Amino acid sequence: MSEVKKIATRESYGNALAELGAEHDNLVVLDADLAGATKTGVFKKAFPERHIDCGIAESNMMGIAAGLATTGKVPFASTFAMFAAGRAFEQVRNAIGYPHLNVKIGATHAGISVGEDGATHQCNEDLALMRTIPGMVVINPSDDIEAKAAVKAAYEYVGPVYLRFGRLAVPVINTDPDYKFEIGKGVELRDGKDVTIIATGLCVNSALEAAEMLAKDGVSAKVVNIHTIKPLDEELVVRAAKATGKVVTVEEHSVIGGLGGAVCETLSAKAPVPVLRIGVQDEFGESGPAAALLAKYKLDGAGVYEQVKAWL
Amino acid sequence: MTTLELQKMANEVRKSILIGVHSAKAGHPGGSLSAADVFTYLYFEEMNIDPADPKNPDRDRFVLSKGHTAPGYYAAMAHRGYFPVEDMKTLRKIGSHLQGHPCMQHLPGVDMSSGSLGQGISAAVGMAVAGKLDNKSYHVYTLLGDGELQEGQVWEAAMFAGHRKLDNLTVIVDNNGLQIDGNIADVCSPYPIDKKFEAFNFHVINVADGNDMDQLRAAFAEAKTVKGMPVAIIMKTVKGKGVSFMENQASWHGTAPNDEQFAVAMADLEKVGEALCQK
Repeated sequence: MSEVKKIATRESYGNALAELGAEHDNLVVLDADLAGATKTGVFKKAFPERHIDCGIAESNMMGIAAGLATTGKVPFASTFAMFAAGRAFEQVRNAIGYPHLNVKIGATHAGISVGEDGATHQCNEDLALMRTIPGMVVINPSDDIEAKAAVKAAYEYVGPVYLRFGRLAVPVINTDPDYKFEIGKGVELRDGKDVTIIATGLCVNSALEAAEMLAKDGVSAKVVNIHTIKPLDEELVVRAAKATGKVVTVEEHSVIGGLGGAVCETLSAKAPVPVLRIGVQDEFGESGPAAALLAKYKLDGAGVYEQVKAWL
Repeated sequence: MTTLELQKMANEVRKSILIGVHSAKAGHPGGSLSAADVFTYLYFEEMNIDPADPKNPDRDRFVLSKGHTAPGYYAAMAHRGYFPVEDMKTLRKIGSHLQGHPCMQHLPGVDMSSGSLGQGISAAVGMAVAGKLDNKSYHVYTLLGDGELQEGQVWEAAMFAGHRKLDNLTVIVDNNGLQIDGNIADVCSPYPIDKKFEAFNFHVINVADGNDMDQLRAAFAEAKTVKGMPVAIIMKTVKGKGVSFMENQASWHGTAPNDEQFAVAMADLEKVGEALCQK
């Protein structure tokens, strides 16, 4: 078997911005001293006059992005998820969300796969935080192809969008280079009848691997990729829950308030079935190589398999 | 407008502030009154705006960073023709376009929603950056409270504006000396304000009396001559200006007058108005 291609979605973000920047003069990119890490450097190199480094001041960056958006610019404000959704939460809520301004937030280094930097920089709360802001679209792509398509969809969409990207190089699981990304539309990747595994971000690959292992045990798992946490594809989630009777959610995020929270909110009202929420439990992360952390927190294929198997 | 006309208009703006806050039984009269003159100057003399075309891409912009003084902002906008002055009575009421803090989606002419202190200046900076990117000649004004300077984001924005030499940005500080908990110098002193902005690479203009139209006129005229750096106009004002019992009282930061107090306040302003008519 040939080696699977791996690319970090933060790379996809930078590359997509550079492509979009060539087509659209009104696209501007903001950074807070992390252009090297958020991978917007490609854009900066191509369009230096449209790259605005705000220095280490994320709150101000969100406000500047808001001001730019009032004039018709489409700003992509880039920094780590911890600082975009965490530090600048109130600025995002009041200066971007409340006036429903056309600002895109490119949040990289989300989740524990940040790795060695440890808990201070591992944001496991951003999906929950961003999801509570009225009118905010929240997207968490699973791989390079999907991430690039998501950035383009976010540009086309008018309104605030939170885009979540990772630091770790992850397998490219989508093969169609013309992949059509539809905001709010989940993707059924594998059919199954015993359980539905709904995953997001890099955990989509883990879910696919787990489903493969479960199949060997005679368990048929449906796998659904929810790249848009908000608006949630309720129709697909409810349909899958009704079809399989059991649902597992998998995310590299706290089990509180993210994908698991969103799915449970929908299912409790529209199709109550037992749900197992796999993710980071109510705890902080720690330092270590990303792959080792994903294994320790049982978010890799084997970890997801083990938890689903034990639960069924 | 002549200075006298501006003074008369500022007095009308003050009456509308009182009418709005009294009707709402809530709101922030103190800082609205201290800034009533600069609101009037900006909307009737300084800014290139057209109430009939509030989204014109070439218009000057204003961001009320001290968003709680929306009554003063709304009053100036209403008298300038953005909406009927009578609407001031709907301030803070359900269904009104006059929200407790300015909301651009509710009220055409509001260039940026604001109210959470420290944030408006960043948005104003963003508008100024856009102006530079697009080679537009519009100017961006933002009004901050002196207590608001305690917010760290103000200095993030100031550092950026100075660094980027945004000479299409004018930051105005309403230095009425009081915040909710008392004297700003006692709570957590932002002084010296002028030296701070100078250190952040602003051209600073101190205005000894920010409730004096001639001094405001001179300050904004000087600001226009500045190239290559943003301008900070630090104006000393009187909180509650024009209403005898509200002047220099921190307690009138966020309290509405009752019927009796309202009558006294309006009588105070009527007297000012009559005196202006004698001129």
